[in-house]
Amino acid sequence: MDTQDKAAFVPFASMTVGDLRNWLLSDDATPAALRAAAPGFTPEMAAAVSKIMRNQDLMSAARKMRVVTRFRNTIGLEGCLASRLQPNHPTDDLKGIAASTLDGLLYGMGDAVIGINPATDSVANGLALLDMLDHARCRYDIPTQTCVLTHVTNTLEIMNKGGAVDLVFQSIAGTQKANEGFGVTLEILKEAHEAALSLKRGTVGDNVMYFETGQGAALSAEAHHGLDQQTVETRAYAVARAFRPLLVNTVVGFIGPEYLYDGKQIIRAGLEDHFCAKLLGVPMGCDACYTNHAEADQDDMDNLMVLLGAAGITFLIGVPGADDIMLNYQSLSFHDILTLRSMLNLRPAPEFAAWLEQMGLFEPQSGRMLELAPHQTRLAQLVG
Amino acid sequence: MTKKPVFPSENTETRPDVWQDLRALTRARIGLGRSGNAQRTSDVLTFQAAHAQARDAVHTPLDVQAMLAQMNGMPCLCVRSRADDRPTYLRRPDLGRRLAPESLSFLQKGEWDVVFVAADGLSSVATQKGAIPLFRAMLPRLKDWRIAPLVIATQGRVALGDEIASALGARMVVMMIGERPGLSVADSMGVYLTYAPYVGCPDSARNCLSNIHPHGLPTSGAADKLAWLMKEAMRMQLTGVGLKDAAPDCTSSDTLSESSLPAIVKDQHV
Repeated sequence: MDTQDKAAFVPFASMTVGDLRNWLLSDDATPAALRAAAPGFTPEMAAAVSKIMRNQDLMSAARKMRVVTRFRNTIGLEGCLASRLQPNHPTDDLKGIAASTLDGLLYGMGDAVIGINPATDSVANGLALLDMLDHARCRYDIPTQTCVLTHVTNTLEIMNKGGAVDLVFQSIAGTQKANEGFGVTLEILKEAHEAALSLKRGTVGDNVMYFETGQGAALSAEAHHGLDQQTVETRAYAVARAFRPLLVNTVVGFIGPEYLYDGKQIIRAGLEDHFCAKLLGVPMGCDACYTNHAEADQDDMDNLMVLLGAAGITFLIGVPGADDIMLNYQSLSFHDILTLRSMLNLRPAPEFAAWLEQMGLFEPQSGRMLELAPHQTRLAQLVG
Repeated sequence: MTKKPVFPSENTETRPDVWQDLRALTRARIGLGRSGNAQRTSDVLTFQAAHAQARDAVHTPLDVQAMLAQMNGMPCLCVRSRADDRPTYLRRPDLGRRLAPESLSFLQKGEWDVVFVAADGLSSVATQKGAIPLFRAMLPRLKDWRIAPLVIATQGRVALGDEIASALGARMVVMMIGERPGLSVADSMGVYLTYAPYVGCPDSARNCLSNIHPHGLPTSGAADKLAWLMKEAMRMQLTGVGLKDAAPDCTSSDTLSESSLPAIVKDQHV
């Protein structure tokens, strides 16, 4: 688990946590200096310094730390904001999922990944969902990647059966015991990583892993060993970085109010998670979300997305109308991410933007997504 | 050249809805249309109304008096957890799993096959509507059973039933509890069956029927499935994974910590 680069740590070895904050915010901490330093930081250092940083510090420091990854497109470039299109359905109905996917593509969503949380976590179901997504992607030659967020052992079996696996997904946490609670070991992750690399499905790069994390996961599994939830969360990013992931995101408000009680705590945690991950060199995105028993609403998500956008977040998750009908929680809508891109002048991943333009959906000069009905586009046939 | 202003009512509201067929495929909020990049007013207000309804389901206190009236004189015991109010309940799941000292001292040991508990959980609306009809539906299905008086519990989580059953001396507990409300369903009730419960009993030792509400699993269907599970639990002297594996397909039930849960640990602190 110790992925620290001792040589990169040397310049920081004698610093106090307060010194580290000063350095991170100083002009000496250029993007290049931060990139060089990232492998030297441990999660405990990142979590410690984040605790004495105000929200604006977390944002202005994170903004300098771009992490660029590639599979079929380029994620994390300056001036870009990618999105995961999340077309979940309570019974995994293929046409229902295709309809939500079509909706999202018309808003320019899905450059980070088109990723389904399956209602039924089985190999057969995973194969069927991946097959549908892969056909849709190939038919329209969409420069993106697809994923069914099933357990890593299922994904391994799906790969063995010849399934169309672009990315290996897994939820991870910051202690061995919590990861065992998820049924994951580093060995299984390594095996899946190698299997996905051997498929060589990426066209512009070979970052093939996708991880989700979230404050509270270890505590809810009673596997936090007395650590505070933010430090234990940050430890998960050290697990992630060992596998050169394409995408990582915190599901920040999902685990419930016993961990993050209200909008203010969710916003703070989202900024902490993003900063800590970027400091460790992890391509961090966010599912800005809340459950109905948390003291939060869509206004809090508006605030969080704008702050994360200003902080240079790698990608955000969008669901139709912000309402995930399978997981029963609220995230961002496609509209929200479109609004954010427009307000902050952020573009989709370049390959994806070029594809949107080619499909007649995107005006590159203005950066505007045109409002077209399905039958006015070639995508209409996506829902068979 | 000055363009004539175009009002939303002219360019969107009267347009034929090409999404209608696609919406038949999913309850997801697809094809909403836009004003600029934003959602249109009617969609924003509809969403906010649904969220308010879900919030009300979480925060409205269980109306214990109304439930007693529904019981029409049948014996009932009222208890509460160690969580004194809703904010404490939401922050401290551990307190919602234990009985308040005065409630514990008030329960007397007897010899019962089963105790039914109706707890508010995360949707008092669900319990208010669903618990007593289900309890009544179970009585004719459990003719020879020694059934303890119904226990009505406030600020309760699933595991509160373990302590109640231990105190009453019941061999199994049926916890009827409001599930975390979603935007489309705010009155869904879950039922958790635990054989030989004790304080600290793991969630993997339970069987669960979820999604009990008028548009989900109806009361009579839930009662049939529950009766099957209870009789088998009594015969096999267990609940949890062992019982789930024995269940015929038509009696599908889940254990609380099953791996059918999505990406990250779904709410297991009902």
